[in-house]
Amino acid sequence: MNVSANGASKGAEAPRLISRPGPPANLIVRGARLVDPRTKLDATRDLVVRDGEIAELAEPGGAPEIEGAEVVDGEGLLALPAFIDPHVHLRVPGQEHKEDLETGTRSAAAGGYCAVIAMANTAPPIDSAAVLGSVRDRAEREASIPVGFVANVTRAMGGAELTEMAELREVGAIGFSDDGLPIANARVLRRALQYQRLAGGVIALHEEDPDLSAGGVMHEGDVSAALGMAGVPSVSESTLIARDCSLALYEDAPIHVQHLSARTSVEEIARAKAAGVRVTCEATPHHLTLTEDAVRSLDPRFKMNPPLRAEDDRQALIEGLGDGTIDCVATDHAPHAAEEKEVPFEEAAWGVTGLETAFAALYSELVLPGVLPLELLIERMTCGGEPFGIEPPRLEKGALANITLIDPELSWTVGEEGYESRSYNNCFGGRELTGRVLMTVAAGCVAFRQRSFAMGVAP
Amino acid sequence: MKHLLGVDQLTREELERILIRATSFAEVGRRDIKKVPTLRGRTIVNLFYEASTRTLSSFELAAKRLSADVVSVKSAGSSVDKGESLKDTVATLSAYDPAAIVIRSPHAGAAGLVARWTEASVINAGDGKHEHPTQALLDVFTLRQRLDSLEGANIWIVGDVLHSRVARSCLLAFRKLGAKVTVCGPPTLIPRGIESLGVEVSYDLDGLGDADVVYALRMQRERMTESFVPSLREYASHYQIDSRRLGPRQLLMHPGPVNRGIELSPEVIDSPQSLITAQVESGLVVRMAILYELLAGSDRARPERGPAPADTPTIGQPA
Repeated sequence: MNVSANGASKGAEAPRLISRPGPPANLIVRGARLVDPRTKLDATRDLVVRDGEIAELAEPGGAPEIEGAEVVDGEGLLALPAFIDPHVHLRVPGQEHKEDLETGTRSAAAGGYCAVIAMANTAPPIDSAAVLGSVRDRAEREASIPVGFVANVTRAMGGAELTEMAELREVGAIGFSDDGLPIANARVLRRALQYQRLAGGVIALHEEDPDLSAGGVMHEGDVSAALGMAGVPSVSESTLIARDCSLALYEDAPIHVQHLSARTSVEEIARAKAAGVRVTCEATPHHLTLTEDAVRSLDPRFKMNPPLRAEDDRQALIEGLGDGTIDCVATDHAPHAAEEKEVPFEEAAWGVTGLETAFAALYSELVLPGVLPLELLIERMTCGGEPFGIEPPRLEKGALANITLIDPELSWTVGEEGYESRSYNNCFGGRELTGRVLMTVAAGCVAFRQRSFAMGVAP
Repeated sequence: MKHLLGVDQLTREELERILIRATSFAEVGRRDIKKVPTLRGRTIVNLFYEASTRTLSSFELAAKRLSADVVSVKSAGSSVDKGESLKDTVATLSAYDPAAIVIRSPHAGAAGLVARWTEASVINAGDGKHEHPTQALLDVFTLRQRLDSLEGANIWIVGDVLHSRVARSCLLAFRKLGAKVTVCGPPTLIPRGIESLGVEVSYDLDGLGDADVVYALRMQRERMTESFVPSLREYASHYQIDSRRLGPRQLLMHPGPVNRGIELSPEVIDSPQSLITAQVESGLVVRMAILYELLAGSDRARPERGPAPADTPTIGQPA
């Protein structure tokens, strides 16, 4: 991909990722297991970070002394390239009671992420250069890890008129999306795909035929029949994916399909990729680990869009993630205030938080039982920026330090408290998960450190 | 039993216990003084977010026959329209220290949420299109007066199954008691996946002759504008239960209110096979039995506060 490290496609344009400048890290992690599938690395090493760069991957005990460096005993820990999430909701501007840039990026860092891409369905939505400029200014003061902001495809997410995509790109939009809503009108999407040739930037699509999904609050299937709740059929997603892949092929334009949930969707993507469509896609930890059965509890924590689907759909997502049909993992981190979820299921807000549990959920449910190898999970959690022109971080000498340190043995029962996020509408509450992030270095700065760990107390 | 949230959570034993209790209350209903002191001094709140005639009136009367104090709170709009959340409303009403809250809501799971927010026993009087357990219990009670057992009985539920909480609770209750259930209606009004509840699906009435019981559902007019059926005329021609389709030994039920001439022809409503009036009568005694089971039943610890009226069964002792 023809991009520089900061993701800008032309030197003169604004950087795509923004964060609060911090002091460059000086850090030595002794004797951790370093795993980076891209550099074929899986070995016990001393990891040395000097002035925010990876200075050395030394043999154990071979790390040089660095004046003033923090030294961490990494025995039994995993040191991985930090993750990149192509799909989070940071709720700025306008919904800071759910999340803001500071809490949202802290939450991401606590989940092992070194960069996130924030969606634009805010209040007001990010559909003008002025709004985009203001959130980027705030990110420069508040974001503890780099954030890329997408801008809307259509004005006010109305699905009718295009935004000033070229200007938004100049101001720093990392891509475009009306996420939260589909672009129902095929003509409008086609114009956007054409105009993309001028503006650049991938168009990320929330795929849901609103006529087919109208009124639905959960997956249409056995559980919706039992609960009497209106269903969102899986074909409401896959039919729109098929339409949009056809349009993307016709216009030879890149698209990124968000949060796949259904087997039929995975099949549409596989067909489209085979046909040469420039399409990438993502799946979420909750769709990869939970099913419609969770909704039997009628607990609004399990309400999200797209909905949790059947076990067969989940299996298709896992297969797709394994064989590369699904390119990356995205959390679709969607914080909501308590009172927006303490209502009957049908009235509850859509969405779940997920940044702080993403790795542990997938590691516990897919890697530990042997369903997917750890290397594959690392690949899929680090490449979420690629559709947007952001290279995955690497563990190699000379690279900017983007590292997460994880205790693969540490288990905890997910509760309602202790999140870095402002909200706690997490769908893994009550589950025991294994694989806790202890420390994250993002863009060369220490962005997160679990307290007990920093105090030198063995967790 | 602390709450009655759905037939789904009821064991067969609990279901049978309520039916037996209802039988004894039916006997009380034939006396001159139809009141017993069982729940004297205790408060029952009816919280209704949807219009209701028969369910609300029968709950009010059931509570009064058990000598409880009754407050009925009716709200036309949803809690959100009113501005006060369901949680806050429940907190407010819980301040009266009610023994039970009976709730009807347009939203599935509302009764379950209320149960988490209050110390009172919670009775689901209909939550969205999810469940209506007291209706199912009264239907089973009514049927058992005519058929000794539902074991092996062949029951057809005909009509708009998709939008019917009555259908869902009834089919669960009928299945729990051993009946074979077929749901029948236009394919647009049969939910995808309903077979997973252990029922047969039919899109026509051709097999209706095998049914021992025909349970017709209310067909709402707005289903036409939503393209579920092209017209009520076409619906009626395919699914109306009339004297031609209803055999002389088959029993007919309907949860009410009936659309005469749509799901049922006028002559079958008034036919001897019709249990529709008996269903309404059963509603009262079954709801008394449910209140009794939850608030004074043998396996319920008596609350410390409040007068504890008689430890021995008080049925039959006039207040």
